[in-house]
Amino acid sequence: MIREYKTIREVVSPLMVVKEVEGVTYDELAQIELPDGSIRHGKVLEVNGDTAVVQLFDDARGINLAQSKVRFLGHPLELAVSGDMLGRVFNGMGKPIDGGPDILPDEMKDINGLAMNPAARAYPAEFIQTGVSTIDGLNTLVRGQKLPIFSGSGLPHKELAAQIARQARVLGDGENFAVVFAAIGITFEESEFFIRDFRRTGAIDRTVVFSNLANDPAVERISTPRMALTAAEYLAFEKDMHVLVIMTDITNYAEALREVSAAKKEVPGRRGYPGYLYTDLATLYERAGRRLDKKGSITLIPILTMPEDDKTHPIPDLTGYITEGQIILSRELYRKGLVPPVDVLPSLSRLKDKGIGEGKTREDHAGTMNQLFAAYARGKDAKELMTILGEAALTDTDKLYAKFAEQFEKQYVNQGNDTNRSIQETLDLGWDLLKILPRTELKRIKEDLIDKYLPAQ
Amino acid sequence: MSGKVIKVSGPLVVADGLSDANVADVVRVGEQHLVGEILNMTGDSASIQVYEETSGLGPGAVVETTGYPLSVELGPGMLEGIYDGIQRPLTEIRKLSGDTIARGISVPALSREKTWEFVPTAKEGDFLKAGDFLGTVQETSAIEHRIMVPVGADGTLKEIRGGMFNVDEVIAKIEKEDGTIRELTMAQKWPVRVARPYVKKFVPEIPLSTGQRIIDTLFPLAKGGTAAVPGPFGSGKTVVQHQLAKWSDVDIVIYIGCGERGNEMTDVLNEFPELIDPHNGEPLMKRTVLIANTSDMPVAAREASIYTGITIAEYFRDMGYDVAVIADSTSRWAEALREMSGRLEEMPGEEGYPAYLTSRIAQFYERAGVVQTIGSEERRGSITAIGAVSPPGGDLSEPVSQGTMRIVKVFWSLDSSLAYARHFPAINWLTSYSLYTGNLLPWYDENMGKSFVKNRERAMSILQEEASLNEIVRLVGRDSLGAQDQLTLETAKMIREDFLQQNAFMDVDSYSELKRQAMLLAIILKYDDLGRDALAKGADMNALFSLPSREQIGRAKYVSAEEYEEAYQKIDAQMTDEIAKAIAAGGEEL
Repeated sequence: MIREYKTIREVVSPLMVVKEVEGVTYDELAQIELPDGSIRHGKVLEVNGDTAVVQLFDDARGINLAQSKVRFLGHPLELAVSGDMLGRVFNGMGKPIDGGPDILPDEMKDINGLAMNPAARAYPAEFIQTGVSTIDGLNTLVRGQKLPIFSGSGLPHKELAAQIARQARVLGDGENFAVVFAAIGITFEESEFFIRDFRRTGAIDRTVVFSNLANDPAVERISTPRMALTAAEYLAFEKDMHVLVIMTDITNYAEALREVSAAKKEVPGRRGYPGYLYTDLATLYERAGRRLDKKGSITLIPILTMPEDDKTHPIPDLTGYITEGQIILSRELYRKGLVPPVDVLPSLSRLKDKGIGEGKTREDHAGTMNQLFAAYARGKDAKELMTILGEAALTDTDKLYAKFAEQFEKQYVNQGNDTNRSIQETLDLGWDLLKILPRTELKRIKEDLIDKYLPAQ
Repeated sequence: MSGKVIKVSGPLVVADGLSDANVADVVRVGEQHLVGEILNMTGDSASIQVYEETSGLGPGAVVETTGYPLSVELGPGMLEGIYDGIQRPLTEIRKLSGDTIARGISVPALSREKTWEFVPTAKEGDFLKAGDFLGTVQETSAIEHRIMVPVGADGTLKEIRGGMFNVDEVIAKIEKEDGTIRELTMAQKWPVRVARPYVKKFVPEIPLSTGQRIIDTLFPLAKGGTAAVPGPFGSGKTVVQHQLAKWSDVDIVIYIGCGERGNEMTDVLNEFPELIDPHNGEPLMKRTVLIANTSDMPVAAREASIYTGITIAEYFRDMGYDVAVIADSTSRWAEALREMSGRLEEMPGEEGYPAYLTSRIAQFYERAGVVQTIGSEERRGSITAIGAVSPPGGDLSEPVSQGTMRIVKVFWSLDSSLAYARHFPAINWLTSYSLYTGNLLPWYDENMGKSFVKNRERAMSILQEEASLNEIVRLVGRDSLGAQDQLTLETAKMIREDFLQQNAFMDVDSYSELKRQAMLLAIILKYDDLGRDALAKGADMNALFSLPSREQIGRAKYVSAEEYEEAYQKIDAQMTDEIAKAIAAGGEEL
């Protein structure tokens, strides 16, 4: 039986205290009915005797302590899921906002999900060709991976994410894919960029959008990514689809979390973010993956803007500790006019080793990848030395490395947002560039592969 | 005796009416029987940390104490298994609740269905002390499980029987000194927060062979020692930890995935049954116990996982085995402590961590060591503890790193700039250290010859010198250095690239035995010796640096394990010959 209370004692946005409650449980969904009949939502953060602390998902404006009514619904926040979600747009609370009808739910799902049993996971190992050389060749993405894009304000992360969404495919596989896009506190323009791109390529019919824009309530951002992941889990593990989830911008999410934490007067961790930020982010990111005996998969690309381009800021730092690598965009490369400005050295894909090689990409992939990384790192050092001391200070070999680094950026990195390179093209381009170096320097590649693939001078 | 919940705040639950319960008792909370542990008592109300998600729990829910502290079940059936932080078997849970972990599931840690062949070794009428062997069970093809008399059951063996039993069946009866009879099974319980007893501790004197060149040669860890692997994300902590779990020459490995990625545990689960232990030829999984409390699993159980792991390790140690405990990552464990501390509204210490953080870290590592185990017969066992640390932003001044550095004796410091250049393992040779080199000296001198330690010191000093020379190069360029100094740079480069770099994903290079490491390093240092001599005799520097044998040395690590001795001797001979020619040619030009 659902009881109504008119005992709100305190509202300090985003928290609300309700007294004299009975039978309320932790994490339960609360509905607040305002005197004018409008409905707000919240969830129970703490129950202590007959007092419940409720976190509001919407604005507190208009809540009247004497007349507003609170109902506790006996279940946590849920999302109505169904195959019909494809092609629809929802707000951060899971309500349709595209003017279409409500979803007839197959099921109601708790948006918090449950922890995946590590013994039930299947290790991601299927190569995804994104058509972007710096990703395919050097930081390979595989199905079921969580690979964030670390960007900065003003860097073209949305173009890169859209390019990946547009071009990504698994070699030799029939397509049963879907895209789930979660806009978390971003501007209308940015959100529209993605939606327009999905529309242009026809992907919109296979896309589910959850949209919380910059002017929507900040606390709703805490539920938005969970809504998106709940939809993705449903599509992947019950409808056998390969789901690509793009979430932007995680920085806004973490800030909403900080706002709630501050309101609860918790002891802050670094930079005012709550001490449980790591655990909280993990409960989002870890929902990506593959499961044994299930056909579908969730590949997750969260995007975050690093405040002041600082990788050690808690949001990118903790994200990097959870995700399986990161793609880092560089302001320096962007200023040089390179598109997409992927900074390959600090970028990383942890799952690449199981997704590349013979039968997946090509036998020479691992060796050339290591060689390109090492050569580019050395070439960059050489170039730096050259700016200080002049070209004469370099040894002959280092001059070649400097030239390599130059060409690598120009040809390999700078492919533009519209070029879709096959993995063969990417690998061959790598060999073309390695040709600049003396053969004796190619220590990371097996001899027989050099014989087979190194183009003649 | 049951109480009632009065407050729920995340994993913290407060209940009253529990005056009979003890601090640290395990309790069952609510209709779903969620597992919790009492942290504090005030009057008859108890603060409880719940090891499962508490959503849906509210005031009035029933709390029952079990009367026991948080314990693990020790007996045959743990090896090859994967447990969560409070020793629930995850593969069994999967059968019951599918892909996700449902709440309140209760599955015994050791299977009751499975029977084991127990072979008695003790005889009726023997007087047995705690730790004495009753008999053995061949648990896996690699490990013989030795069934011991539990602590507190000293007495005369009245009855013992061999045959196929499960872990609940009585296999022996002991008459204690007070005349009571105690029935024994193959399993025993032990509270995780209490260290298992031992007779005495020894200073570790034998190196742990890991097959990793930079570790075994430059920064060795002793069996029974402690080590930390700190590093920012992406610097390869997990790969280093996996390599240690794979190739360390210990009998048993306990791998604790504490608040880390689920896929990493899956990786271990897939890979270890396939990989063969070079020391006994059996699959690695046969000697491994996995504890997985991944980052999305409830945070309180993460706090317990470290203790669960080390207690299982102590049990195997008591059988006389060498055990390695690998914990990835202790920082996540510390964060779990911080979260509970915050909810208990304790006064925070540094960065919100509780004031007892350092003492808890110290307590964990101090459970490692070489000991004479309990039991009448003198036998030794050891626990080597290796913990990863994930400092925020790679900044080692934070409390968890600092607390760990004060305790551990080996420090493998991972460096992101090395990782960016794909120099793996990215262990920085200038900032890492091992305090065991002194203790291990007699072992090296006896087993590897005097030259081993000398070569290590020489390699270290060359690397050190390279760092100072590089500062000069950065200011004035390499050409301004003398030929001898340039040779130092060349040798250092060979040490870095041809020796220290090791590819964990390449079969031939993933593991390198100590003798092979010593040979390879000796060749590189011989190049340096001969090179210096050659330069002094007027050989051309560039000719010396571009000897064909240099490329051979660069590829020496890819030679197969069967062929390396011969191949290295050939490289050595070729190099010696080429340098001699360079001297002759250099002389002609002059």
